[in-house]
Amino acid sequence: MGIIKASRLVFDYIRRDEEENIEEVDRAIDGLDVDVEKGSFVAILGHNGSGKSTLAKHINAILVPTEGTVWVSDMDTADESKVWEIRKRAGMVFQNPDNQIIGNVVEEDVGFGPENIGVPTDDIWKRVDESLEAVGMTAYRYKSPNKLSGGQKQRVAIAGVMAMRPECIVLDEPTAMLDPNGRKEVIRTVRELNQKEGITVLLITHYMEEVVHADRVIVMDEGKIVMDGTPREIFSRVDELKKYRLDVPQVTELAYELRRGGADMPEGILSLDEFVESFMKALSGREAERRS
Amino acid sequence: MAIKVENLTFVYNEGTALEQRALDGVSFEIPDGQFVGLIGHTGSGKSTLIQHLNGLVKPTGGKIYYNGEDIYGEGYSLRQLRSKVGLVFQYPEHQLFEVDVISDVCYGPRNLGLSEEEVRQRAEDALRLVGMKEKYWEQSPFELSGGQKRRVAIAGVLAMNPEVLILDEPTAGLDPKGRDEILDQVEKLHDARGMTIILVSHSMEDMARYADRLLVMNHGKKAFDGTPREIFRHYRELEQMGLAAPQVTYVVHALRERGVEIDEDITTVEEARDALLAVLQNGGGLRNASGGMI
Repeated sequence: MGIIKASRLVFDYIRRDEEENIEEVDRAIDGLDVDVEKGSFVAILGHNGSGKSTLAKHINAILVPTEGTVWVSDMDTADESKVWEIRKRAGMVFQNPDNQIIGNVVEEDVGFGPENIGVPTDDIWKRVDESLEAVGMTAYRYKSPNKLSGGQKQRVAIAGVMAMRPECIVLDEPTAMLDPNGRKEVIRTVRELNQKEGITVLLITHYMEEVVHADRVIVMDEGKIVMDGTPREIFSRVDELKKYRLDVPQVTELAYELRRGGADMPEGILSLDEFVESFMKALSGREAERRS
Repeated sequence: MAIKVENLTFVYNEGTALEQRALDGVSFEIPDGQFVGLIGHTGSGKSTLIQHLNGLVKPTGGKIYYNGEDIYGEGYSLRQLRSKVGLVFQYPEHQLFEVDVISDVCYGPRNLGLSEEEVRQRAEDALRLVGMKEKYWEQSPFELSGGQKRRVAIAGVLAMNPEVLILDEPTAGLDPKGRDEILDQVEKLHDARGMTIILVSHSMEDMARYADRLLVMNHGKKAFDGTPREIFRHYRELEQMGLAAPQVTYVVHALRERGVEIDEDITTVEEARDALLAVLQNGGGLRNASGGMI
């Protein structure tokens, strides 16, 4: 069993009237099974309202299943006695950096979590040092978070999660409010944590370029997993992705369009270099044909 | 000439230790009916600039003219300016507050002192313009999806019948289809009504697709001003400003380095597709330099 596992997970948002009678039931997750391997980088795609964020909130027990079970490191998230242990193991980073930062000084903010769970002072500082180092924000430790850019704030938020020594980080659209540089900065940081520290990463995003380096891509629709595979497998299925209101990176789309126009381009191109190599090959193929 | 900005300067916390020059001698003109993209990294002065355009902030120095009139001149009605220059803030759905969609959209025009009939008419027109179907009008805005909420919020501004529509990152947080839908609606407003559009966005792909002209802000100054093609030619400089060009631009430059003859100003997937298919058809490698371009 992987670090995160959901079995036949169902979640209903229930709206009640003043007398507590059920007025409306909205099924956000509908019988979902998933198993995430420890140390992997998993990207979750899906249109607004497909159930991505609801799933994410199950992973650190902000929500508990209506039906089915979610396990984090073999702990059932519905077991109330395990909630704090689960939240230590699985940290969350949200979209808006300004809603997640509470300290007046960067290092205080990062130390807030461990302090809260009663970590001894010496150990807190050690964790703060390590976490700031891991996200490359050591130079800003005495600064006010207000003075940081969006990307830097998100890195501080990630450091705050790292200070809890988690096994897994769930990031719910961490780059939606950032400019291109901030976006790159955050994704680079997350990849490094995954590769160097072995942290399991679940990244929810609407930016397809951020997904190409993931080990695995999951596409959600109407509370279910509808596609699951490597980035190359997923991005080979351009029409299907568009059906789910999604997109592909521009290089993938361009290669796909050229294929449709009769060019000999492979499916599922993910990077600029791959595109250029494939195109040059297609071009020399055509020229060889012309010469013969 | 609709908007003229002259040597605009704005300093936050002037005369204190926290003094910060957010805008520094910015000048430009925007003629009626143009679709202008405004780009720049976070903190480059974009938001401060658009807040000036509908008179929310008073400049430290410089002038802004709307249809030839100084908006900070004596006796100029900023209230009226704000009904002509509509500003859609980031995450505008956070400002929805009414019990149902139609009431929310009516709120603005009702404050203009119009008849109830006219208010209703404007709200209905605005909702149709953003593609909100009638079945949603009586629903609570809070029960809608993110993209729909945002449309309602935009309709609230459109119901004021603005001549200029300024949108601050209207697609942040939306899924790819939702992004396209919102921007296609904005483009329609621009095409059908001749509305002047000023769009702030971090998506260079969107800018290449929709904008007639790009203004690039950097450290409070106007760094570039031109068509998307002209601007994205400077992609190396844009990168130094924390920006980038659309991915297609990088493809084009990489292929040109390998000797493929295609137009370096290509900025959209469609243009690149057509150009590259033509290269494959006619040959376009180094050894065949004459036949590459059409």
